[in-house]
Amino acid sequence: MTAGSDTLLRVEHLTMRFGGLVAVDDLSFEARQGDITALIGPNGAGKTTVFNCITGFYKPSEGRLGLRHGDASAWGGLETLTGSGKRRLARADGTLYQLERMPEFLVTQQARVARTFQNIRLFPGMTALENLLVAQHNRLMLASGYTLLGIFGVPSYAAAERAAIDKARGWLERVGLLERADDPAGDLPYGAQRRLEIARAMCTDPLLLCLDEPAAGLNPRESAELNALLRTIRDEYAISILLIEHDMSVVMEISDHVVVLDYGVKIADGAPNAVRDDPKVIAAYLGVADEDVAKAEAEVGL
Amino acid sequence: MSEGVPEKRGDLARALRDAGITALLAFGLFLPLIGFQTITDIRNNLILTTRWPLLFAIVAVVGAGRLVYSLVLEPWLRQRTMRRVTVAPSSWRAAVGKWFTPFAIGFVIVYPVIIVALNGFGGAVKWIDNFGIQILIYVMLGWGLNIVVGLAGLLDLGYVAFYAVGAYSYALLAKTLGFSFWLLLPLAGILSSFWGILLGFPVLRLRGDYLAIVTLAFGEIIRIVIINWVDLTNGYAGITGIPRPTLFGIPFTANDDGFAAVFGLEFSPIYRVIFLYYIILALALLTAFVTVRLRRLPVGRAWEALREDEIACRSLGINTTNTKLTAFAMGAMFAGFAGSFFATRQGFISPESFTFLESATILSIVVLGGMGSQIGVAIAAIVMIGGTEIMRELDFLKQIFGPTFDPTQYRMLLFGFAMVLIMIWRPRGLISTREPSVFLKERKSISADLIGEGHG
Repeated sequence: MTAGSDTLLRVEHLTMRFGGLVAVDDLSFEARQGDITALIGPNGAGKTTVFNCITGFYKPSEGRLGLRHGDASAWGGLETLTGSGKRRLARADGTLYQLERMPEFLVTQQARVARTFQNIRLFPGMTALENLLVAQHNRLMLASGYTLLGIFGVPSYAAAERAAIDKARGWLERVGLLERADDPAGDLPYGAQRRLEIARAMCTDPLLLCLDEPAAGLNPRESAELNALLRTIRDEYAISILLIEHDMSVVMEISDHVVVLDYGVKIADGAPNAVRDDPKVIAAYLGVADEDVAKAEAEVGL
Repeated sequence: MSEGVPEKRGDLARALRDAGITALLAFGLFLPLIGFQTITDIRNNLILTTRWPLLFAIVAVVGAGRLVYSLVLEPWLRQRTMRRVTVAPSSWRAAVGKWFTPFAIGFVIVYPVIIVALNGFGGAVKWIDNFGIQILIYVMLGWGLNIVVGLAGLLDLGYVAFYAVGAYSYALLAKTLGFSFWLLLPLAGILSSFWGILLGFPVLRLRGDYLAIVTLAFGEIIRIVIINWVDLTNGYAGITGIPRPTLFGIPFTANDDGFAAVFGLEFSPIYRVIFLYYIILALALLTAFVTVRLRRLPVGRAWEALREDEIACRSLGINTTNTKLTAFAMGAMFAGFAGSFFATRQGFISPESFTFLESATILSIVVLGGMGSQIGVAIAAIVMIGGTEIMRELDFLKQIFGPTFDPTQYRMLLFGFAMVLIMIWRPRGLISTREPSVFLKERKSISADLIGEGHG
């Protein structure tokens, strides 16, 4: 498998076993820079497992997860990196990471992959603003001299904190929560919590943003707002998005590239329109064998 | 009106039934506990006697109490909850909140002066030592443990171990090396936080009950090592003659180079007590100041985020291992400070001062005060430790209950009672709201039901 010129993330032969259960089986796909890549599939297809592998929460049983910073030519070092057994390879033209070798906090901190969760995981007892400041922890920690300078209130830390608050304010404005900045996150309505979680992930300065069902539980209007937000993130901030989604209106409308999983195996990979008409995908979603698709479609009136 | 009468009758029947069941339960419970008594007679034989009058008196009291509760207290409580409306936060409350802290700090600073003015030199020692210093030690320990339990959400049942490490570090180093209190104070803090990190490493992956059990075991390990390592620690006998702190090298003794002689004053133990009072006050205020500061720094926010949701923390690139270790180390450091102060104040330490009961007392101060709240913890320490000391003063009770009555024996009973009351009325502690560390427009307190309690 050769990496395309603009590949950001390369998933190769990813396999994840839980005891005897193979949740993800030899999955390979690529996410291109500046694209919204959607990962779809019926319930239990292994989508969230793939996410947990990419973001370091699970250690894959097999496979390689390459991520590139800098120029596309940096991919040339991938075999060297794999052979070296290290987590990252810094080259003149960029840096390569092998995510499966990194603990989850380094995936965010160094490889700059941020994620959200299917069941929202905000800090409910902290304000919206505080949630966004926690996301900027590592930069602020450095600015506070690992707390030592911060205790004495050095001016450089105060400046860094102001910058962090400004950044948080910018994101709160972007997701329409500026008015509720000082309210506890647990008090926000569901849709607002989803948006806040995306804003919080963005505050970690990611290159790749992984969203696990961001439209779950949103009404059609909120869903449309979410589409606009994701497009903004892609176009204005030049951030690539990897997305798990059930809501087909979101998937078809905004994604540039769709990967379909069923029982841990990739069954389709391509542009949204091509995937939508793929009989295998329809069969998987309708829960019938390939040859019965036509009959099943007729029954449900597709 | 016509409907009210049968309902009343139904209430009475229900109340009687409840009272009957309660009395029956009490009978079953107290029959073996109170009804029977074994006595060893002169010939060393065990004799079983019964105490029926006492048993039935207690059962009757319990049953009657339940009847009164069902008939009087319960309807009243029900009415009260029905009548309850949302009360807007009144302005006096805001004013009290604003002025409470400066007033409290001002009060503790002038406290010795007030006491000396009221009681004279002789009578003041007890009030400054037993009430002032004793309470402040526990305030400081409560604030230290508050970092671990209240902010980071890690339940630590062995906090007294770090207190012991601080005390023994000071005692041993001061006796063998002869270093001064001021040099050994930070050293004891560093040693304690080192032990905090040492404990932290193996227990990092544990949560909740498991973490509590392991920290409990750690506290016991430290105590038992102290007991058994007789060569170093002198075991149960403890360490005596621990050097007292000096004021820039001037000791508080009756000698010619002592504090009183140097300043041309008449010798009195009160000077040392007042000096110690201000040391522990300064240490406690340092703890509070550092904690308040830390809460507004990234590390403090990470602690609170860790308490709220550890997985989300990791997804934001926070190294939760280091974050937990810093919380353990910080909490342990303040316990070490308090421990070395304890050693220098007592002049004598033994393993008996570092039992699990101490850990439990400190933890209950934190829980009663409200996890994460500085003022709440201080109030809880004053009530619990001050309450214990007050009980020593209640001599008049001996006239009522007889000369053998010792009110301090009922300390734990009252602790338990206070716990139960707090659990009923304020399950999240006296002050359970959280103040945000930063705000854009307006600082709004966050109510306790949104705040996480941590996983461990």
